[in-house]
Amino acid sequence: MRAQLETFLALLARDLRVLRRQFGQFVIRTIMQPLLFVFVFAYVFPKIGQGFQGGQSGISFTTVLVPGLIAVAINFQGIQAVALPLVQEFSVSKEIEDRVLAPVPVWVVGFEKIAAGTLQSLLAAGVVFPIVYLVHAHGAAPSVHIHDVALFVPVLLFACLLASALGLFIGTVIDPRKITLLFAVVVIPLTFLGCVYYPWARLDPITWLKYFVLLNPLVYMTEGLRASLTPELPHMPVWGFMLALVGGSIGLTVVSLRTFTRRVIT
Amino acid sequence: MLTTTVAPTDGRALIAGMDVRTHAAAVKRRIGVVSQSNTLDRSLTVWENLYYHGRFFGVSRRNAHGRADELLEQFALSERAGAMVYQLSGGLAQRLMIARALVHRPEVLFLDEPTSGIDPQTRINLWRILRELHEAGQTTLLTTHYMEEADILCERIAILDDGKVLALGSPSELKQTLGADTVISLTLDGDPAPLVAQVEAMDAVRTVEQVDHTIRVFASRAEGVLARLVTMAAALNVQVVDAASQPPSLETVFLTLTGREYRE
Repeated sequence: MRAQLETFLALLARDLRVLRRQFGQFVIRTIMQPLLFVFVFAYVFPKIGQGFQGGQSGISFTTVLVPGLIAVAINFQGIQAVALPLVQEFSVSKEIEDRVLAPVPVWVVGFEKIAAGTLQSLLAAGVVFPIVYLVHAHGAAPSVHIHDVALFVPVLLFACLLASALGLFIGTVIDPRKITLLFAVVVIPLTFLGCVYYPWARLDPITWLKYFVLLNPLVYMTEGLRASLTPELPHMPVWGFMLALVGGSIGLTVVSLRTFTRRVIT
Repeated sequence: MLTTTVAPTDGRALIAGMDVRTHAAAVKRRIGVVSQSNTLDRSLTVWENLYYHGRFFGVSRRNAHGRADELLEQFALSERAGAMVYQLSGGLAQRLMIARALVHRPEVLFLDEPTSGIDPQTRINLWRILRELHEAGQTTLLTTHYMEEADILCERIAILDDGKVLALGSPSELKQTLGADTVISLTLDGDPAPLVAQVEAMDAVRTVEQVDHTIRVFASRAEGVLARLVTMAAALNVQVVDAASQPPSLETVFLTLTGREYRE
């Protein structure tokens, strides 16, 4: 048991070593999209007088965006940090063949990938937060405050875990030849239909969409962060997103570890 | 299967007394594997590949450090310690793969066709390394398609065909099982049938095979047989286009056992 923990930690240390080496790349790929997003919508739009009217009075669009863009960063990082390298290891580099020879049950190797992805998602959230919080035009500041740490911490952790488990799942089931479809078919639809730019509760006028998006794990990440960071905005009931985040993380972890094991043991 | 990455459908295999099916992690701790494809960690340097491999196998930080340095030295890779592995040539990458498999001092080292598709110089160098490991007492399981390689390097050889062990023994034992010591091939410009009939009657000859215009004679001794064959052919008025005499080799053992068509 102790030996297996050592191996697990060594695998994690290897991933962190690689992350340290590629930290510049990590930061760039993490911040570009949210930075440009807040620049256009929170800085340019208010400056040129183009805005999103019809929202709740007194609440700026930036307030809606902050939890949304952090959730996108978490979700994107989970997929990017776990699924993409894995697809490469399965197809081009065959590195996975060596990694699964580490002296632990194969599922531990998969679990380590989820753990490393979770750490990277947390880091991505930390990197993105100051950007989405600070970049905005005068008078368009978001109203953000953590009023309940006991809610915020588990929401953040389980959102990161869910994103990484999703990454492992995608990485083990996707056909490496179709990896280019990953963004078109998975990442972009999840993002646009992930209640990032609008709170879920505001979808009332489009009932079918309101229930359809519940299939999207990103919805629970944004709604969870919305409830913890910008509670004055309407959000899903706490039990709703917590159930999905906790249940989804555990369920997807179990499923993805099985697909991973099946993929590497022939 | 022995390296635990393919699930057995039936039967039992033990490595150092551990069942590969039920104690996969314990088996993995005791083996080192050099696979056919390059599975080095492309995101790490040469040195880090060894260091982290040691750490995966529970080697302490300090020992992993020392072991990485030591193996780089032993495999003449010290100069490239800081290089990223994608910068290595095929031969160097393979040396590093072997070094990596040895970091945790495995009881059994697996080498999967280590010399397929590599240049002769690298191959000879690799053979030298494997001999040194052997002399140092390293148990090694090597799979290869090159009978010559098995003959030179191995103490005990299993010939596998279609998943079945056809023969198991030392190279000399295997050569004896063939029942023929020397294989003489003659290529004729006429019909070999009359010659075959005569040759089969010779004392020293065990069997004769005929493929088109070529006959292969399995003889218990080499002396004089080739000369007599040529004389007999001349007497029958068939020209000998090509003649070759091969000392017993594992290649012929393999071909005889697997019943494959002989290819020059």
